[in-house]
Amino acid sequence: MVSPNIISELRAQLGKDNVLTSPEELIVYSYDASAAAPKGRPDVVITPSTRDQVACIVKLCAKYNVPIYPRGSGTNLSGGTIPLKGGIVMSTLNMNKIIDLDYENLTATLQPGVIIQTLNDAVAAAGLIYPPDPGTVSTATMGGAVAECAGGLRGLKYGVTKHYVMGLEVVLANGEVIRVGGKTVKNVTGYDLTQLFTGSEGTLGIITEIIVKLIPAPEHHISMMAAFNDLDRAARTISDIIKNRVIPATLEIMDNTTIRTVEEFKKVGLPVEAEAVLLIEVDGIKEVVEREARVVMDICRANEVDKITVAKDDQERFRLWEARRAALPALSRVKPTTILEDATVPRSRIPDMIRAIRKIAEKYDLVIGTFGHAGDGNLHPTIVTDASDKEEMARVERAVNEIFEAALGLGGTLSGEHGIGTAKAKFLEKEFGSEGLAVMKRIKDALDPNGILNPGKIFVSLGESKNADD
Amino acid sequence: MQMIDSLAEVRAEIGKCMKCGNCQSVCPIYQETRHETGVARGKITLVEAFLSGELALTEKLENLLSLCLVCKSCVINCPCGVKLDKIVLGARAEIAKRKGLPLIKKAIFGTMKRPRYMDFGLKLGSRFQGLVFRRHEDREANYPRFSIGMSLRRIIPPLAVLPFRQVVPERLVVQKPRLKVAFFTGCAINYLYPDIGISTVNVLTRNNIEVIIPKAQHCCGTPVLAHGDVSTARQMAVSNLIILKSLEVDAIVTSCASCGGALKHEYGELLSDRSQKKLALEIGARVYDINEFLTEVAGFEKPKGDVPLRVTYHDPCHMVKVQQVTEPPRQVLRSIPGLEFVEMAKPDRCCGNGGSFSLQYYDLSMDITGKKMNDIKNTGTDLIVTSCPGCRMQLEDGANRYGLPHRVVHTVQLLDQAYRNHKQTDK
Repeated sequence: MVSPNIISELRAQLGKDNVLTSPEELIVYSYDASAAAPKGRPDVVITPSTRDQVACIVKLCAKYNVPIYPRGSGTNLSGGTIPLKGGIVMSTLNMNKIIDLDYENLTATLQPGVIIQTLNDAVAAAGLIYPPDPGTVSTATMGGAVAECAGGLRGLKYGVTKHYVMGLEVVLANGEVIRVGGKTVKNVTGYDLTQLFTGSEGTLGIITEIIVKLIPAPEHHISMMAAFNDLDRAARTISDIIKNRVIPATLEIMDNTTIRTVEEFKKVGLPVEAEAVLLIEVDGIKEVVEREARVVMDICRANEVDKITVAKDDQERFRLWEARRAALPALSRVKPTTILEDATVPRSRIPDMIRAIRKIAEKYDLVIGTFGHAGDGNLHPTIVTDASDKEEMARVERAVNEIFEAALGLGGTLSGEHGIGTAKAKFLEKEFGSEGLAVMKRIKDALDPNGILNPGKIFVSLGESKNADD
Repeated sequence: MQMIDSLAEVRAEIGKCMKCGNCQSVCPIYQETRHETGVARGKITLVEAFLSGELALTEKLENLLSLCLVCKSCVINCPCGVKLDKIVLGARAEIAKRKGLPLIKKAIFGTMKRPRYMDFGLKLGSRFQGLVFRRHEDREANYPRFSIGMSLRRIIPPLAVLPFRQVVPERLVVQKPRLKVAFFTGCAINYLYPDIGISTVNVLTRNNIEVIIPKAQHCCGTPVLAHGDVSTARQMAVSNLIILKSLEVDAIVTSCASCGGALKHEYGELLSDRSQKKLALEIGARVYDINEFLTEVAGFEKPKGDVPLRVTYHDPCHMVKVQQVTEPPRQVLRSIPGLEFVEMAKPDRCCGNGGSFSLQYYDLSMDITGKKMNDIKNTGTDLIVTSCPGCRMQLEDGANRYGLPHRVVHTVQLLDQAYRNHKQTDK
């Protein structure tokens, strides 16, 4: 698909060290962190370092109709970076400069290959944070986080990536470069293209520069763990906390299957009898945090909590959260394949959703551990299975289908934070209807008429199918 | 049960990886190259494809699999507990089995199997090293004079005129010993850094501990295992275990992080024969790093002599990630009067040595060292302390290359100095 003369043009533009073509180098770009997603080997992997190089390469791709897949650290969970149709994988990892930290406007300007944690380390001395903290904060790139609109544990209080992106520089499918948004808090000039590109999963343009908002770091934290032997009491606690005007930074839930699996794997002292465990952290100004922690504890007690633990110091706080961090790894050890979903519902419907998932697990005789961000309604039902077991995989597929239907039925959405990628593409119409899907396709076709940008993701566009027919 | 050259076990280890990519945040190689081939999940994919036949055994594949420091940073950071070292060493062993070792490696490892030949060769080498190397202006180190498969900018320590084990008696008797230990010196201390050996012995005898330094001890096997020569590594391990078993001692002490890791943990996994494995576990349980032994077993005498230096400490990978020893060397340093200890950022970040990795990939290895040097520069100290001769060699070279005035010593050398400084003030 990528002819030798294109490869020599790439080498001329980027230098030969930045154009990888051997099978050994290509095979390791045929997947990302999405366990069950289909793989695809690229024809070339390139590592440009400047916007001009990116623009030049996209022009080349447009000229020869070659698919191009932007990729950061490849840690996403929806198959968003997998080169399904061959072509060029473009790694942004050599574009890893922090361009500007502006402490008067509280913004950071970055190249897309900067790691999220690197940004946080750079602004820590100034007492600032960039709040969105997906589980991959120490590996994921800012470019990837913006393209996928990554969420994280602090979504409830601080929001997600899109709430922090103020401006972007984007290389379009024809190789032209545009700048949208900027450093101003207020900006209603024209369509909000910044938000359009945020979460577009690399299908509308390639992000080459990002301006994000920074906020003052909270000075104090208190973490608590509350165990309930009854799911409804746990659920009532969640809504009561919010109803009482306390917005915790994090409000996480783990169901009984997850609790048992984590405890077996790590022995962190979780109550294995509990139906649900809530992990709650309040942060902010010390006096306020102490008051809020008291409110949270009172609410837990009012809902007859079976056991409540408050971390006394940073070490205990770390230990409490260790249980949550261990959830996915622990579940992933049960069986070879782990399918992690992120169907999301309004937070008041959390107990209904957990119950629906449990019923689905029983119906299809599957192990599904559910944990996640209870405070923002974003659950992670995690199916542990074996991809080589065809019969079980058929049941898994039906179960996933029903999980999505349950979430949509409760007024929710297919994906809270992982994106659609390839994994959820076929369900998109269920949420949007054919008219809604058609609007998205029209936007895609307007910006990328030949479908060369990250083809096969979110949906198959008109340009792509035309391309496939050629 | 685990065996380094069992493909079934390598495959089982591969199966645990869920490709989350968490290894990216800690892999020293990946931090430099930023290529998926460099990081653990990429190497796992390569080995998997190699074993399934999807990838042929090419020079490229071999090179990519040699591009691992075996520092185990990914192993301790992996949420699924994947032991990448087992996968990489298993793959290297399989490659060595299919292709045979290159002649040069065969010759070198063959000599290493025979301590006497090695003594002879390296003694000869120390006589004539001036022909090949020129002295550094002020460091105890040499530059190569011409290309010998080593970067001309690189400095390495001079070969000892006499190996350590030939300078010291096999048994150092003390009056009414509290304890009796065997000192496993390893090759680097024996041939390159006898000063660490001498300080180890001084410190132990000063603490009224009898020391036996078995003359016939072998290389610990780590370097040959890294090249996939499992059978030579096994022979070395068995020979060392038999020698150590024959001694009536309370403990076995090492001053080399890699030797300590091999004796404590790796022999048990390397040896497949049941009785040998049992012996490895028995002996392994009695092995201590010198810092660990001084603080946790011997309750060492607190020095009274001043060593008025500002120092920082580098954690060797094989100390932190294999032996899980971090506090004891710091306790030793803090016990020294007049010494100011400043922690560097990320003290457990790999120094970039990785044994022969630094020969094969010198520039990459020095890029990794560059990060370390930057952290060291920020401490405002005068001296680097560590607990592994391999790291010492790398850090010494790095300091020279990046223009830091620092020298590099082993913790035990500073303790020895503190004891001696007190004696001098006594007089």
